Amino acid sequence: MMLQRCLDDGPDFLSEEDRGLRAINVDLQTDAALQVDISDALSERDKVKFTVHTKSSLPNFKQNEFSVVRQHEEFIWLHDSFVENEDYAGYIIPPAPPRPDFDASREKLQKLGEGEGSMTKEEFTKMKQELEAEYLAIFKKTVAMHEVFLCRVAAHPILRKDLNFHVFLEYNQDLSVRGKNKKEKLEDFFKNMVKSADGVIVSGVKDVDDFFEHERTFLVEYHNRVKDASAKSDKMTRSHKNVADDYNRIGSSLYTLGTQDSTEIFQLYCHIPLFYFSQQKIEARVSADEDLKLSDLLKYYLRESQAAKDLLYRRSRSLVDYENANKALDKARAKNKDVLQAETTQQLCCQKFEKISESAKQELIDFKTRRVAAFRKNLVELAELELKHAKVTGIYFCFHFRQLLFHRIIEVGLEGTL
Amino acid sequence: MAAEREPPPLGDARQPDLEELEDGEDLFTSTVSTLESSPSSPEPASLPAEDISTNSNGPKPAEIILEDDREDLFAEATEEVSLDSPEREPILSPEPTPAITPVTPTTLVAPRMESKSIAAPVIFDRSREEIEEEANGDVFDIEINVSDPEKVGDGMNAYMAYRVTTKTALPMFNKNEFSVKRRFSDFLGLHSKLATKYMHVGYIVPPAPEKSIVGMTKVKVGKEDSSSTEFVEKRRAALERYLQRTVKHPTLLQDPDLRQFLESSELPRAVNTQALSGAGILRMVNKAADAVNKMTIKMNESDAWFEEKQQQFENLDQQLRKLHASVEALVCHRKELSANTAAFAKSAAMLGNSEDHTALSRALSQLAEVEEKIDQLHQEQAFADFYMFSELLGDYIRLIAAVKGVFDHRMKCWQKWQDAQVTLQKKREAEAKLQLANKPDKLQQAKDEIKEEIEEWETKVQQGERDFEQISKTIRKEVGRFERERVRDFKTVIVKYLESLVQTQQQLIKYWEAFLPEAKAIA
Repeated sequence: MMLQRCLDDGPDFLSEEDRGLRAINVDLQTDAALQVDISDALSERDKVKFTVHTKSSLPNFKQNEFSVVRQHEEFIWLHDSFVENEDYAGYIIPPAPPRPDFDASREKLQKLGEGEGSMTKEEFTKMKQELEAEYLAIFKKTVAMHEVFLCRVAAHPILRKDLNFHVFLEYNQDLSVRGKNKKEKLEDFFKNMVKSADGVIVSGVKDVDDFFEHERTFLVEYHNRVKDASAKSDKMTRSHKNVADDYNRIGSSLYTLGTQDSTEIFQLYCHIPLFYFSQQKIEARVSADEDLKLSDLLKYYLRESQAAKDLLYRRSRSLVDYENANKALDKARAKNKDVLQAETTQQLCCQKFEKISESAKQELIDFKTRRVAAFRKNLVELAELELKHAKVTGIYFCFHFRQLLFHRIIEVGLEGTL
Repeated sequence: MAAEREPPPLGDARQPDLEELEDGEDLFTSTVSTLESSPSSPEPASLPAEDISTNSNGPKPAEIILEDDREDLFAEATEEVSLDSPEREPILSPEPTPAITPVTPTTLVAPRMESKSIAAPVIFDRSREEIEEEANGDVFDIEINVSDPEKVGDGMNAYMAYRVTTKTALPMFNKNEFSVKRRFSDFLGLHSKLATKYMHVGYIVPPAPEKSIVGMTKVKVGKEDSSSTEFVEKRRAALERYLQRTVKHPTLLQDPDLRQFLESSELPRAVNTQALSGAGILRMVNKAADAVNKMTIKMNESDAWFEEKQQQFENLDQQLRKLHASVEALVCHRKELSANTAAFAKSAAMLGNSEDHTALSRALSQLAEVEEKIDQLHQEQAFADFYMFSELLGDYIRLIAAVKGVFDHRMKCWQKWQDAQVTLQKKREAEAKLQLANKPDKLQQAKDEIKEEIEEWETKVQQGERDFEQISKTIRKEVGRFERERVRDFKTVIVKYLESLVQTQQQLIKYWEAFLPEAKAIA
């Protein structure tokens, strides 16, 4: 039973760093007309409750500032409503936030609780602290992901006006949106299969427009490579975490050795654990930072590039429909049968296609701008963080070097290298 | 490095130096002071054959004798090792060959004592400080390298030959620099000989590296992959450390078998080291028997030092094993990290290629390069530091097993002595019975026989007691040596690790500093 309130600091909950988290993947201009953020979050057994806080000067809303509590399923509902809305076919729909997943963390905490008897008090407290920190980190991340979604919608000139979105923000009762049951999930699965099959057919059609042709090729390749990089980045940061854990274990072993041993060796051994502990902290932080910066960035753009691909698919679909409508019209004219109907259909298709094409172009250009800005921000921050850590580690080592020298445990001749 | 202090020149009464040493070295204060603080030992050298006291294993006499014998053994060594002076030549003549009989050390000591008492004070002073020198650094001028592993032969009969190079100024060797080719079983053979000769009198003989059937088979079969080269390299390093540890031991250094191993170009093959040979099976049987015996021997430990030390070594063993396991896990994870970083670097490079914004593309490629370089760093660090640390821990776990073995030998020695006492008692009882019996004709003959046996067993009891004293003494010394060596070894490894850590950090800083402007340049 995990009841954890993630708001010890009140309004400071989203500190500088965390606000950075939110803006991590999208360089958004928040304007006064509509500002959305997640001001609070509560984690209960299976669900997370987000407090969505809105500030708006738009006339659509009853008040200027208000909050509601939403759960993950309601976000998904909102996202899906965008996807299913024909009017939005020409836009990149902001990707839905991933489901909050505390299972792994919860399992670990449970195992720790079970194994409490078999380890020393210090070990237990330490591991508990670490696992709680991990839990907290995952928690913060999921809050950030949900917030990014809302902000993207709020920043989009068309989507921000969506009625469902306003209901989502304002309606302070439960939206009664249940998660999809098995049948619906199965339906979704089939729908996706059909869609990807269709996508393959549709993508075979060469596009008249060079811009879109280029974009399509680019996106397909890019999407695949981002997927690969994201997976590899995850593996790398997991390895980092393993190394940090090992350091921790070695540190405690050395400490135990030191306390059981004779004087001079005790001094030696006791200083080395300090090394390992501090290195461990640093390794863990480096790994956490890499995780945040790189992996999150890559994962986010994996989802966005998928959304962009979906847009292109929709456009190609409408192009195919348009061309089919043209053919049908020609046939109808030739047979002189149902011409009016065919004409109407053709016109509709034409309009749809042109509408999509127009907005799609702009969307894709915006996508590129956003992407480049996000990567730039991230890479700069990553480099700065890594530098900071390397320097701090260097200082730690020098400090410990000096400690050891002071106790004359290492040879004086080494002083020259410091 | 402390180890490289020059032995003081002959003829100086360097008693004051001793104090300097003690104050200057916090590390050695405790060990040195235990020697100093042994209460009633004004002129140990003038104690001729009374080193064998009449009580069993009392600590005090042992301590006095400890200093004595220490001086003796080191005096032996230093006489051999350092310079020639006319007074000492007569003493030099009998080459110390403890190999002759198992109990030789004591018998050697006795004659030496007498001749020593003449020139005692001078020798005492100098060898005392030389002992300190050696305690601080075991400065025998000998350096061993094991190099150039070469595969000899083919198929399952193939083996690796290693070149053993010795550089030394010690006079007991024929040349100053020489090298021989040895194979792994030769090393095992050497260890086996040394162990047989010295372990049961209490010397901690450094254990040889372990056999590895899997590793060797791969090499024999000719698999030229990285794991078999790694295996050969690990073994080479282990063999080098083994030899270096062995020659550091002052008593072992004197051993003719060791000398033969280092010097002679042809060595009889040590077939008895094979696991499946007759000797191998015999060894296994003996080990099992020993284990059973250990459980049945209940020793009356009247010396708390030994009990304490045994407990300490037990704890140390456990802790080292745990630590070793953790360090091996770390080495493994470091390797994984390295592989994953390399994979990520490639992936990032690909991503950079497909990115159509030029500056971002370039930055991503740079990121890939940085990650690759960092991967290199990780690899080097994993190898140099943790591998070293891990191997050292493995060595010490084996060494502690040898130490435990030596303690066991002491127990056996005690048992033998006790058994002799029991037998003597029985014989005395038998004699008493005979005295009371009334058979005049058989009586005299039986009485004589019994008298002879009693004499025999009295000698055995005395011998047993002496052996026990001797082994206890030797063990104390050896344990002291072991502790110092341990500190030194760990110190060296830690220092090396620190150095490379600092270097790694400096490199990391360089790489990220080079990358930062590229990231900022994305427009």
